[in-house]
Amino acid sequence: MATEATARAAPAAARRPPRLDPRLAPLAITVALLVLMFGAGSLAFDGFFSLQVFLNLFIDNAFLVITAIGMTFVILSGGIDLSVGSVIALTTMVSAALVEHHGWSPAVVIPLVLLMGAGLGWIQGLIIQRFEVQPFIVTLAGMFLARGLCYLISINSIAITNPFYTAVASLRLPLPFDTSITLNVIVALAMAGVAVYLAHYTRFGRTVYAIGGNEQSALLMGLPVGRTKILIYTFSGFCSALAGVVFTFYMLSGYGLHAQGLEMDAIAAVVVGGTLLTGGSGYVAGTVLGVLITGTIQTLIMFQGSLSSWWTKIVIGLLLLVFCLLQRAFERGSRRRAGAGGGQGQPRSAPPAAQGAPRARVGA
Amino acid sequence: MSGPGPGEGRTAERLRGLARGRVFWPVVTLALLLAYNLATNPHFFSVTIRDGHLYGSLIDILNRASPLMIIVMGLTLVIATHGIDISVGAVVAISGAVAATLIGGQLVMSGGMQDVTRYPLPLVVIAALAVSLLFGMWNGMLVSLVGMQPIIATLILLVAGRGVAQLITSGQIITIYYSPFYFIGNGFVAGIPFSLYIVAAVFAVVALLARRTALGLFIEAVGLNPVAARFTGVRARSITFWVYAVCGLCSGIAGLIVSSNVKSADGNNAGLLFELDAILAVVLGGTSLSGGRFTLTGSLLGALVIQTLTTTIYAAGVPPEVTLVVKALVVFVVSILQSDPVRRRIAALGRAEEAAP
Repeated sequence: MATEATARAAPAAARRPPRLDPRLAPLAITVALLVLMFGAGSLAFDGFFSLQVFLNLFIDNAFLVITAIGMTFVILSGGIDLSVGSVIALTTMVSAALVEHHGWSPAVVIPLVLLMGAGLGWIQGLIIQRFEVQPFIVTLAGMFLARGLCYLISINSIAITNPFYTAVASLRLPLPFDTSITLNVIVALAMAGVAVYLAHYTRFGRTVYAIGGNEQSALLMGLPVGRTKILIYTFSGFCSALAGVVFTFYMLSGYGLHAQGLEMDAIAAVVVGGTLLTGGSGYVAGTVLGVLITGTIQTLIMFQGSLSSWWTKIVIGLLLLVFCLLQRAFERGSRRRAGAGGGQGQPRSAPPAAQGAPRARVGA
Repeated sequence: MSGPGPGEGRTAERLRGLARGRVFWPVVTLALLLAYNLATNPHFFSVTIRDGHLYGSLIDILNRASPLMIIVMGLTLVIATHGIDISVGAVVAISGAVAATLIGGQLVMSGGMQDVTRYPLPLVVIAALAVSLLFGMWNGMLVSLVGMQPIIATLILLVAGRGVAQLITSGQIITIYYSPFYFIGNGFVAGIPFSLYIVAAVFAVVALLARRTALGLFIEAVGLNPVAARFTGVRARSITFWVYAVCGLCSGIAGLIVSSNVKSADGNNAGLLFELDAILAVVLGGTSLSGGRFTLTGSLLGALVIQTLTTTIYAAGVPPEVTLVVKALVVFVVSILQSDPVRRRIAALGRAEEAAP
């Protein structure tokens, strides 16, 4: 039956040679969803369809773009980083405390917090790699550690009045058609550019994809799996700290409760952007689109007015869920296709093994 | 005991067996913490009877640890199947929110009586538990039927669940003025806090099911190797499903105790960071995060260790915020100690020692 299906599909494919690369299919769904949601918003609300509303998506989510970029690399490698939100909070807290209470110069504080974020990521990566502990448990502990450190500094919010921070916060870079963006957007887009380069034009990026595809194979190929894994979490920690700096400019305060639940937003953006949660497949550009989608949901709920802000969390949770379900269906479909081409019987037993077998055990 | 030689050997062997036992380390940790408390506060162990109720630091620790002890029993089963549930705190909030909303937040004074509830108490309790069970089943469905990674499935509920709790309470902290409800978290029966009876009941049910039937074995089989378990005829999917459902139910029971304790329901803060405490308790108790063998008694002891630690930190005058840092560091240390490379090294050391004499 399966061979019949492929036989029927083959001429259909031959008739339409320029077919979409199947790897780009999730990305296409993401773009379609973004257009659809933005279009629906434009039809439903006056003043929604404007360049500034679109640019505001970037302004309000610059920190999320940066965080999600770091998360993309982690998820591409088949891992997870739950500490991102709390590292952002810690960055805002440390920045605020050093600048406001100790009078340090931002020129010292910003590199310092970036180093701190990268250091936290490095430690987590080291534990994940050296001791073969599952990434989620290490980063979960990291999440609570960073929140705890925030409260250690202060349990209250610290407002920032430093002239440099307020100047950057109010800085508007004019664009044509009476629109403007903030410096944060430039930072986020630059980071996205760097990330695309890292992912597709460096050995590091190729190794990340290889680890996510199959860690054992990557090891056998002689790739520096251990070093790369540590680097991935270091990079994610750095991204979270940079997002924290951007968030500090955005909120002008340091607070231990900042960016709560952001880890889900970031994971949602990555998954909605077409990166497989099992690793090995996805694009940084997709993640940026994913952030725009979660941002559009927020804007829609804001424009709607009567819906409370908790709906944002629920809707983004549901969106993440739907995309996870789609991924499962997609994986099953591709496995069935692979099974039809390969041997008989063997793929029957493969799916439950792949589902149940924990990925983190690969190295054990 | 005939001679000193073999007797000594047997004692040493028994000691070594004890040290290898899963419950050994949590007991030692708990004993050390209690000893420290006794050293700093000589009255730490004193239990007095006031108004026919038992009072004292130990009773207080037991009482405060009860929500955690209940959650931990569900979570132990989940972790034994090589899963994880980080949504327990959110389900605690949801359960409290359901209960508080059904009771209603108005203070009605009619002839000095304040005992007004919109729905009878049994219905309130059943509704809250049913909702928690449903959310547990939701997690179970995502993990077992859909095949999502447990961490992602429960992360969705961890974040969105707080939204649901807020939605139920319309974003407000609902104060409960219905005094019979207070009994769940603050009542005493025969001098002992009522919540401890709940803990005992849950423990009895879970332990009976897990240890007196083959269910515990099935759960361990699923955690060790789901494929092998399936081939031996264990219904791995339905076991995974029900394990999450039970965890949801346990969180719901804990949610009732928490909301009854503080006499209110707060969607944002009820059960906040419970997931860390619960995971920590299970791990400290000796159940490995990589699934397989589990110990309910160990997890209970783990929960007690955590509550004792929290109380100790409070009593020592250290800012309470430090607890979070300490707990996070303990998770790091314990998960490293439990990790395969360290275990391999310790095993290698042990072999070398045995080979030496």
